[in-house]
Amino acid sequence: MLTDITLGQYYPGNSVTHRLDPRAKILATLLFITAIFFAESMLSYGVLALFVAVVIALSRLPVLMVLRSVKPLWIIIALTLFIHAFTGEGSTVLYQYSFLRLTAEGLLMGIKMSLRLVFLLLISSILTFTTSPIVLTDGIESLLRPFKRIGVPAHELAMMMTIALRFIPTLIEETDRIIKAQTARGADFDSGSLLQRAKNMLPILVPLFISAFRRADELAIAMEARCYRGGEGRTRMHELVYKAGDFAALGTVVLLIGVLAFMRWGLGL
Amino acid sequence: MQNLIEIKNLEHVYTDTDGNEVKALAGVSLSIAKGEFVAIIGANGSGKSTLARHLNALLLPTAGKCIVAGMDTADDDNLWNIRQHVGMVFQNPDNQIVAAIVEEDVAFGPENIGVPPAEIRTRVNAALAAVGMTEYAKHAPHLLSGGQKQRVAIAGVLALEPDCIVLDEPTAMLDPRGRAEIAATVKKLNREKHITVVYITHYMEEAMQADRIIAMENGKIKLQGTPKEVFAHVKELHAMGLETPLSAQAAYDLRQKGVKLPEGITTGEELTEELCQ
Amino acid sequence: MPIKLENVTFTYMKGTPFEKTALQNVSLQIEKGEFVAVIGHTGSGKSTLVQHLSGLLHPQKGTVCVDGIDLSAKNADAKKARNSVGMVFQYPEHQIFAETVYEDIAFGPRNKGLQPDEVDRAVRDAMAFVGLDFETFAQRSPFRLSGGQMRRVAIAGVIAMEPDYLILDEPSAGLDPRARDAVFTEVMALHKKRGMAVILVTHNMEEAAQYASRLLVISGGQIILDGKPHEIFTGHREELVAASMDVPQIYKLADCLKEHGLAVDYTPQLAALERQILALRRAQHAD
Repeated sequence: MLTDITLGQYYPGNSVTHRLDPRAKILATLLFITAIFFAESMLSYGVLALFVAVVIALSRLPVLMVLRSVKPLWIIIALTLFIHAFTGEGSTVLYQYSFLRLTAEGLLMGIKMSLRLVFLLLISSILTFTTSPIVLTDGIESLLRPFKRIGVPAHELAMMMTIALRFIPTLIEETDRIIKAQTARGADFDSGSLLQRAKNMLPILVPLFISAFRRADELAIAMEARCYRGGEGRTRMHELVYKAGDFAALGTVVLLIGVLAFMRWGLGL
Repeated sequence: MQNLIEIKNLEHVYTDTDGNEVKALAGVSLSIAKGEFVAIIGANGSGKSTLARHLNALLLPTAGKCIVAGMDTADDDNLWNIRQHVGMVFQNPDNQIVAAIVEEDVAFGPENIGVPPAEIRTRVNAALAAVGMTEYAKHAPHLLSGGQKQRVAIAGVLALEPDCIVLDEPTAMLDPRGRAEIAATVKKLNREKHITVVYITHYMEEAMQADRIIAMENGKIKLQGTPKEVFAHVKELHAMGLETPLSAQAAYDLRQKGVKLPEGITTGEELTEELCQ
Repeated sequence: MPIKLENVTFTYMKGTPFEKTALQNVSLQIEKGEFVAVIGHTGSGKSTLVQHLSGLLHPQKGTVCVDGIDLSAKNADAKKARNSVGMVFQYPEHQIFAETVYEDIAFGPRNKGLQPDEVDRAVRDAMAFVGLDFETFAQRSPFRLSGGQMRRVAIAGVIAMEPDYLILDEPSAGLDPRARDAVFTEVMALHKKRGMAVILVTHNMEEAAQYASRLLVISGGQIILDGKPHEIFTGHREELVAASMDVPQIYKLADCLKEHGLAVDYTPQLAALERQILALRRAQHAD
């Protein structure tokens, strides 16, 4: 059933990572992604892997669940590996079939490239596993606030995300109800050609859109009645405050970049 | 007692989707005192919702005046001040809750008017306590019952610390249990916190709780008075497409058949006592 | 030719921490031509029950059959059997989608595979039953009608399927008294003239007492009472209170009169109660 879907992939908990300020977590994630590009040798990839492993352990998340977040993009990862392995420059030919040439150098490059993707996926899913969508929204709004002067609508974006988070479950329930009502009138959503099926969706989509617009309209009036007039002069109940742990987390990631840079250019590893 | 709301010859004309001009309010004059509990009844299209939306300047008069706490709603400068004085709760509980966590939603109003964070926290706690929803502070609204959602909506309005709450058919989409929750909550706010209440409803047993009932038809006030006074007009109320409490109906019918009963019977107890005398 | 539920059990989100059993071993038979009211508070399982009656949910244990045909089967017979049970959801006007009233009402009959002339007849019949004049309304946009009219269009859309059983989930919710009476007048006409069985889900005890000939009280996923409304409202007060259900006002008024020594009989009709009061007073005055 549609209503069984849970929103986002937040995994409630009270670990060190869960408790970090969302801004610190977002920044640390961005810094880590930068760090990935500093890695060159297999040894530095090992350092990255160790770092991710420590973060997963600190977050007290089920390891399998975190690893599974790589799954949706496995085709792209496999493709990255394949393309690099077979098109990479290199002289050590391991296997050749017609124009396809598998080289050792290409293979190594492919492994590194796909590892980068894997790390990127893992670290960003740790962010969403340990931060509820609502807190994440607050973090994004707060981080974007300085860019308001150059026209970034930080508050508006955050408000849209908040309302979306609030209404997605409601609209899912509504869709479920409409599907049932039309099914009771003999509608068939499972057979026919692709075009026919798309056409069959109209009796669901039309009422759903009408309802969404009606809700939007009523919500806008309700928000106005509660003195909403945009982000100007607004305060927040939960003010985000950086704590020592947040600086420590950011410092650790900066240190990681330093280590990787030193390994690459200082030691030539 | 001082009047919180003063309405004089209020008219409201709007253009419907077919381009016709519709007169939703055709000359309404009304004063509501501070601390009063007023119920507005009327069939669909009688203008009761339109009237309610004038009270916090969601709609503005086409003609006439609407003065709230001494401020003219037609004056743009008063807009946000008026909305802090008069809060509004709507029919559909789903479509007035903004945030995905109960306490965040209650905080929405005070955040909008720039209340300092520590005070927002105090107000949110007080508002949730006033509607008996403290234990649900961290819940997701979509998992609450209709009555609970509507109580969150009331708390969201209370957090703005208004003098008056206007409720536009707040129980129309609720089950009996939810209806009872809302009726009890509103009554408590009126009696204990002396908040002025304007309560629009189709349910006569809810209207009976009010100090005064206003019955509307075709954009005008047709009847008004205490519940006892208004429900004595059984015939007129039926002609307006409204129901009357069962005992008022029975008293009316028996009187028609020659039984001597005084006017103003609205409950079974009153009817029985009169019959047994 | 009844709808028959046998030992039906249904659990939502089975196998998760949110597991909730909505129906617990329910057996029930509804005959053609009955008028059954189903009452129970929100979450009692009544809406899960009626979705089983119409084949929108299939039991995890037990069977639901219409005229002996299992509704959960995947064949054409089962589909036909499901179509013989019409269901009007709460706020049905929110499911309207077509550009004209005609097209929306014709949706069901077309899905049934009727010929255009049969579709036309079904639409005209359905519109007549809900009191919408064909010439005035057929080609109008349903979205420009009043709330009460939109609801009638939506109900007509289900009636046009010409079901033997009609399930109505709170058909009067959100309507004012006048529109509410109009909807029930039409439903009663369908029930009486076409012999359509009506299954009315309601929170309103007055409606249950006034229209139904049989009352089902649902609580905790089970049918705790099944009988004539009058008998349940007079003889099973404790069970009703335990299921947090109320009794109709008219029964409470009779309670009040009885307490003060006016020996009236319980009746669902106000006029009948008033006649009794008048008779009692005449008897008093004669003494």
